[in-house]
Amino acid sequence: MATRTVVPFGPQHPVLPEPIHLDLVLEDEKVVQAIPSIGFIHRGLEKLVEKKDFLEMTYVAERICGICSFIHGQAYCQAVETVMKIDVPERALYLRTIWGEMSRIHSHLLWLGLFADGFGFESLFMHSWRVREKLLDIIEETTGGRVIFGTAKVGGVRRDIENLTLKRIEGELKTIEKMSREMTDVFKNDASVKRRTVGIGVLSKEDAIALGAVGPTLRGSGVAQDMRKLGYAAYPNISWEPVVETGCDCYARCMVRCREVHESFSMIYQAIAKIPDGPVDVKVTGAPSGEYFARVEQPRGEVIYYVKGNGSKNLERFRVRTPTFANVPPLVKMLGGCELADVPVIVLSIDPCISCTER
Amino acid sequence: MSPLSFAKVISRSVLSRPATRLYPFEKRPFFKATRGAVAIEIEKCILCGICQKRCPTDAIIVTKAAGDWQINRLRCISCGACVDACPKKCLRLENAYSPAVVQKGADDKFHQPSKPGMGETQA
Repeated sequence: MATRTVVPFGPQHPVLPEPIHLDLVLEDEKVVQAIPSIGFIHRGLEKLVEKKDFLEMTYVAERICGICSFIHGQAYCQAVETVMKIDVPERALYLRTIWGEMSRIHSHLLWLGLFADGFGFESLFMHSWRVREKLLDIIEETTGGRVIFGTAKVGGVRRDIENLTLKRIEGELKTIEKMSREMTDVFKNDASVKRRTVGIGVLSKEDAIALGAVGPTLRGSGVAQDMRKLGYAAYPNISWEPVVETGCDCYARCMVRCREVHESFSMIYQAIAKIPDGPVDVKVTGAPSGEYFARVEQPRGEVIYYVKGNGSKNLERFRVRTPTFANVPPLVKMLGGCELADVPVIVLSIDPCISCTER
Repeated sequence: MSPLSFAKVISRSVLSRPATRLYPFEKRPFFKATRGAVAIEIEKCILCGICQKRCPTDAIIVTKAAGDWQINRLRCISCGACVDACPKKCLRLENAYSPAVVQKGADDKFHQPSKPGMGETQA
């Protein structure tokens, strides 16, 4: 047996700005085992329900993650609305879908850039973020914030988008879609991208299911599981299919996200075409009493919001399981047997959001 | 697949104007909807304190007796909950950010003119 060396990876590492620590046990250049540890930025948000009432918790939920903030807020609101048996107006559901998909596109474009940076393709990274910037402008124009939308609300949404603005946005989105297609073609076809990603970090279909992978990590291993098919918001009224790739490697996970970006554009167009007129929120009275698990698809995978209310303004229990948390065991599996130089690419391929995970 | 798959994008980037701005000289305009700093028209304010109750970060402190409305800019998250709750519509979100704070804990204080201020009562 060769001599074993332990190389620490993170919590501060040039390729990954987020604090996860991995002890990489190496035999020469090969990783034989990876031992993860998290807990560097625990914020205790679940404990905060004792101080903030259930309406104020929406703002907290939105700030659990800085990238998929709107979907966090939406998931929390859906959980509380189900407990309180609130019927959310149709228009609000469509607006949630539009904003949710915009947030998915911007998250995926951000990730594609970071991934390109991870394997050393700097110009592709900058190009991807340039495309994302155009979308952030639309988001700021419609919600008032660039990444923290602040539009989720128990009982609906806090802002409306005028129909004329929606039409104009559709035109702008078409330009952005064209630009993003050019960029995703590079990810799909470029030889240097393929050399760093094909066959790297293989997670078989069986392992992905057994270890509880979620989101693009699971769909990249050939399992068609997408929480949007559960039929929340306006997704049942829109025609779409979960994106599945069967490569099981980093390239497959990258392709899932590239194709999801295009899928999301088409979902936004459909939602804009079908959005009904009407109010965007209903008045909320009383306090939640009961419990519910809300499952929502985030850009990174399935997020679970558990809320338990006892009829008072403050929730009794609040629990969040974020997608990165579920994707850590599959990550550890992928890292076993890989080369040390491939570790950053594999870690990035699950789109880790450690700040989400720590809550 | 070709080694030149990125060439089209690169050549366009070379020929077109830079995607970035010369920042201090050319500022990015804010949108009408941008959630910036909270501003108050203190003359209209009735010091009811609803904004203080609704603020999720407890950034606003209303002292009715002294006629003061103060906000901690570092705590404020510009969510707009106070603006939505204000019964007199005297609060608004400006579409520019508040200037940098140089001291921690220094709140922006506004005094309701119809109320005698603490300083005035003492004098």
